[in-house]
Amino acid sequence: MRTQEQTLEEILNLASNHFKVSREEISPDDDFFKKLGINSLQALELLTRLENHFSVELPDYEIQGVTDFRTLAERIQSRL
Amino acid sequence: MLDLRDYSSLGEALRAALEQWPDETCLIEADRERENCRLTYREFKEAALPLARFLQNNGMVSGTRAAIIMTNQSKWLISAYAIFYAGGVLVPLDYKLSPAEYLQLLAHSRSEVLITEYHFWRAMTQADGFNDFKVKTVLVTEAPASADLKGALRWEEAKAAGEPVFIKRERKDWACIVYSSGTGGRPKGCVLMHENYLEQCMALTSLYPFWPGVRYLSVLPTNHAIDFMVGFIGPFTCGAAVVHLRTLRPEFVRDAFPRYKITYMALVPMVLKNLEKGLQARFDELPKVKRFVFDRLRAINRKLTRKRPNLKLSRALLKQVHAAFGGELRALFVGGAFMDPSTLQFFYDLGIQVANGYGLTEAGTAVTLNDFNPFRSDTVGRPLPGMEVKIIEPDADGVGQVAVRSKTVMSHYLDDAELSAETIVDGWLMTGDLGRIDEMGHLQLLGRAKNMIVTEGGKNVYPEDIENAFEGLAVKELCVFAANYIWPRREMTGEQLIIVLNPEQEITDALKADLMARNRRLPDFKRVSGYVEWQRDFPRTASMKIKRNILADEIRSQTGRESAVKEL
Repeated sequence: MRTQEQTLEEILNLASNHFKVSREEISPDDDFFKKLGINSLQALELLTRLENHFSVELPDYEIQGVTDFRTLAERIQSRL
Repeated sequence: MLDLRDYSSLGEALRAALEQWPDETCLIEADRERENCRLTYREFKEAALPLARFLQNNGMVSGTRAAIIMTNQSKWLISAYAIFYAGGVLVPLDYKLSPAEYLQLLAHSRSEVLITEYHFWRAMTQADGFNDFKVKTVLVTEAPASADLKGALRWEEAKAAGEPVFIKRERKDWACIVYSSGTGGRPKGCVLMHENYLEQCMALTSLYPFWPGVRYLSVLPTNHAIDFMVGFIGPFTCGAAVVHLRTLRPEFVRDAFPRYKITYMALVPMVLKNLEKGLQARFDELPKVKRFVFDRLRAINRKLTRKRPNLKLSRALLKQVHAAFGGELRALFVGGAFMDPSTLQFFYDLGIQVANGYGLTEAGTAVTLNDFNPFRSDTVGRPLPGMEVKIIEPDADGVGQVAVRSKTVMSHYLDDAELSAETIVDGWLMTGDLGRIDEMGHLQLLGRAKNMIVTEGGKNVYPEDIENAFEGLAVKELCVFAANYIWPRREMTGEQLIIVLNPEQEITDALKADLMARNRRLPDFKRVSGYVEWQRDFPRTASMKIKRNILADEIRSQTGRESAVKEL
């Protein structure tokens, strides 16, 4: 079982690869909309990538109101 | 379709529809690859009436206000019908708001009933301000068996035996209270009457008819005026079907077109642009020869449909593109915000009609719509039947504020006589948008007269509603503006919010850091993109309110946008 820190690290790596942003440029408390330069639709794309990676099903509402990687990691961790 | 002139309320019209097409499918709800439910009009009625009876047993009478906070799903429409049947006034709230905002609007609307999904309810019960929660009856859907419902009841169990009493409502009675924006300082609850909806439905379906067998894909939130009309009232009063998806991931939305043979879909500019981007990427990946053939076919389609669309021809010429949309698509409706003409042209060249229009909740949804006679990507079309549009005090170019008069215009703003009187003047709705009407009778939009922005996602943002996020900032005073309100530009894209700061001394790095941190805590569409340093006291009224228009005039007369606005 992953720790929350591991989950967070994997999310950051995945986001960095998917949206082609250097890993060094993003950190856990960053606003991913702003840092990745994405809109709400692209955030849903990211959710799909995360589902595939962690093999969990995340309802759309899990990302509602979430803007930073750390909270996203908490939401995913609770479903692992 | 039903002849809506014969009906006095939404409840009455919907009741007639359920009797007229008992065996037609009215609702399909899918969750990813799974189909959750498929209901005929008869089954819909069988699901709704026990709920209506339950609501009546729990005190619902004519005029009781009942809110819905739900994502798009079958229970939304079943609940709405039960509320109308029992004589209630529906308060459809945006599920994308925060829990604190839900609570604020529930209190403002004085809703006595709330129907919501479990996770929204749970968030509300944990929010500040829940202690003041006064809604009497709360029904939650899909709650886990072991969940502590904090006094709420399960929607699935909210059924009472016996025939409910159908409560007759008149055309001028309130049907809905719809919040067009303003969850900060001044909620704008549009009171819409049954007549508004019935007239709007007749106007829209005269251009874009529904009939049994038509399938509308509902992805815009149903609380939004557009989806409520074209994803509920329109199809239901014509015997058509609505398809709901529990996830709005682009890949599942794409799959829904061929799977459910979608006829119509409404979307906001942001989604349409995304769709364009996806299609363009696929075209770019085509091997050279295929790309050449495709480009030729697209050019032929463009030439042959220059004067008017020809769906049959376009489907034959560009078979694969239309097959990806299920082969039955007749039109996409786009609204809620300004649409870039190049995107409209992109789809039109593919033979996909994008019905671009202009509307606002206060006018009961759409005011103008492109009628494709001929296609124009540079306007928002002509007024719909029954709508009068005029330009107030036009300048030399014919540009002025757009005003609308029709039976679809709301009654008033809830509990705000002052704003209502400013907005509806001698029966004309002052839209706050600038435009002109060209020689073909098409409306062109050219900016805003009011201090607000509309995002590509269709959200109205009023600057005064976000100022409290910056309260406590170490400045003497501050004020948020739509940049275009200070420095008007005759365009509808790239709208931005800016904050004007009157600092005590100067703007330090610490102040800037605090400003940025507060900005980040706001949802992305409410963020300011820059600041203006203004070393003068703001003009104020006797009651110390900022005179925004005068402050804007002062700033405009002293500085230009490029030199004044510092980016954040």
